[in-house]
Amino acid sequence: MTKVNTTPNIESPDAFYSDLISAHDGLSREESEALNARLILLMANQIGDGALLRELIELSKIRGNYS
Amino acid sequence: MTKLFETPLYPYKPSPDQRASVPVRHPVVVVGAGPVGLALAIDLAQSNVPVVVLDDNDKVSFGSRAICFAKRSLEILDRLGCGDQMTSKGVIWNTGRVFFGEKQVYEFNLLPEEGHRRPAFINLQQYYCELYLVERIRALQAEGKPVEIRGGNKVTALDRRVDHTRVSIETMDGPYDLEADWLIACDGAGSPTRAMLGLDFVGRVFEDNFLIADVIMKADFPTERWFWFDPPFNKGQSALLHKQPDGVWRIDLQLGWDIDKTEEKKPENVIPRLKQMLGDDVEFDLEWVSIYTFQCRRMEKFRYGRVIFAGDSAHQVSPFGARGANSGFQDIDNLAWKLKLVLDGTADEQLLDSYDAERVFAADENILNSTRSTDFITPKSEMSRVFRDAVLHLSEAHDFARPLVNSGRLSVPSVYDGSLLNGPDADELPDRTRPGAPASDAPLRDGWLLDHLGGWFTLLALNLDPGANDAIAGVPVRVLQIESPEIGEDIRKRYLGASDQAVYLIRPDQHVAARWTAFDSSAVENVMANILMHQRRRQA
Ligand SMILES: Cc1cc2nc3c(=O)[nH]c(=O)nc-3n(C[C@H](O)[C@H](O)[C@H](O)COP(=O)(O)OP(=O)(O)OC[C@H]3O[C@@H](n4cnc5c(N)ncnc54)[C@H](O)[C@@H]3O)c2cc1C
Repeated sequence: MTKVNTTPNIESPDAFYSDLISAHDGLSREESEALNARLILLMANQIGDGALLRELIELSKIRGNYS
Repeated sequence: MTKLFETPLYPYKPSPDQRASVPVRHPVVVVGAGPVGLALAIDLAQSNVPVVVLDDNDKVSFGSRAICFAKRSLEILDRLGCGDQMTSKGVIWNTGRVFFGEKQVYEFNLLPEEGHRRPAFINLQQYYCELYLVERIRALQAEGKPVEIRGGNKVTALDRRVDHTRVSIETMDGPYDLEADWLIACDGAGSPTRAMLGLDFVGRVFEDNFLIADVIMKADFPTERWFWFDPPFNKGQSALLHKQPDGVWRIDLQLGWDIDKTEEKKPENVIPRLKQMLGDDVEFDLEWVSIYTFQCRRMEKFRYGRVIFAGDSAHQVSPFGARGANSGFQDIDNLAWKLKLVLDGTADEQLLDSYDAERVFAADENILNSTRSTDFITPKSEMSRVFRDAVLHLSEAHDFARPLVNSGRLSVPSVYDGSLLNGPDADELPDRTRPGAPASDAPLRDGWLLDHLGGWFTLLALNLDPGANDAIAGVPVRVLQIESPEIGEDIRKRYLGASDQAVYLIRPDQHVAARWTAFDSSAVENVMANILMHQRRRQA
């Protein structure tokens, strides 16, 4: 793992977080899953770099204690 | 109307071999006169290797099968002398439409790369392809080339001996036996050869049924490719429409695994679906309906001593991406010259293990691609469907999502990276023509580079003088020397990159064996020696 930036990098963490959550307001579970999928795809395209995307996927698989 | 596939093309004729008191020995016997067996026979005959093709049938393949022939196949067929016929009869399309559910999500224009003699692919009925191959064999026979097709010759038993195979054959005049130094099994997905030898066909990656219909439209209909994901007339599955010559449109409806084939095939069930696809007001005649079952698997090895498998007998893929016949042509392209070198005694028999290594690698690539397409088209998990649908939704408004849409990735030739036959590379030269890659076509003089390469070893020298090399390590080699004024933009981009000069050793199947930025005859000799006896050298 060399490329992923795991240091804080989001400009306004609280604002981003609340935007993300409110995007799901009023959505069913199914609609939310679809939104998440679209968002991941949009973000993936923004990142572009294949090695980085692979690393991000790998990193997301590590569930630690949260399961 | 007599259909092409009802006309006997190579009717049974008794052969003197049937009356021989001891079985006649042939250097190469090919089982199966499908596209792959026929193409192999042409390739061998062109280089004067005697070949006998046996087929239990005497006609082109029945009904509708392959329609999409990729550029590399056309290039191989150019080498075999039937590329022009294929291309001029074939349909070339550029506009595609993708539908999701009820509506069209986007339309695209294929913009194939310029500077190639052949288009990215053509649509053509498989029976035309087979017809042209048979006609080519007839032409070679007229030139006195040693090739024979024996129709009505069914292979019924095989006995593998140390240096040959005993082949038992059934004909309408009774049985007879032959001996083959090399037996090449091109007998299709159900390969009786494979069964007779008790060999495995492993790895069922997936299984699916397809309803294939050919229709003739009564009025104009656009020459486009239409692909549906999850359409209302075929819920949860896919559908494909594209054009073939003679005003015939091909429709593929994916049906899934658990279906009632007889029920699905009934015109009263087929026609309403087609009307939903094409629109109520489009009038058509249903020419042909059939249901095919596909699996995705391959043999563990393609060479078992003196028995070698090529085409569908060795590997089977789903129709997404049209990799069946297209990869079969690449199999024989890889095999024919190796077989010739071994039969001539020029190369060690071990050279044929490189056929196994290179084409197993290619088969795995094809299976991987076809599995990925299938997973996109029929998602195997809930989350897989969520993402698939998200891609399709996004593709309507956003270009970025369109490359993720996978309705089959068109067959492209394998690059034999890591092959033991590969020699040195020069890093500064372009990636696409690295050792193991098929030579890229490009305009040259009044024609095309690949036509100048032809079908034997070539030393391609760009702005270099390799001296008068008509043989390397005892093998005849042609020199194709091209100097600056003749080096066009495409050759420069594809073969030189930032370098001013380069020399490529190109194999008879037009794959690059090695390349350098300066000429050193002993380096070239080493690569050739490695090709001829690579096993011995590896052990040494
Ligand atoms: C619906 C459909 C669509 C397809 N679309 C495409 C496509 O678009 N592009 C593509 O590249 N591929 C496509 N394919 C795959 C393509 O048709 C096959 O890959 C191709 O026919 C394989 O050629 P082959 O010569 O290996 O085998 P086959 O064509 O199956 O030929 C095998 C031959 O062996 C003979 N034989 C069998 N047993 C014996 C015996 N005991 N003795 C003597 N002879 C015997 C048979 O008579 C037959 O002639 C499609 C297939 C189907 C069914």
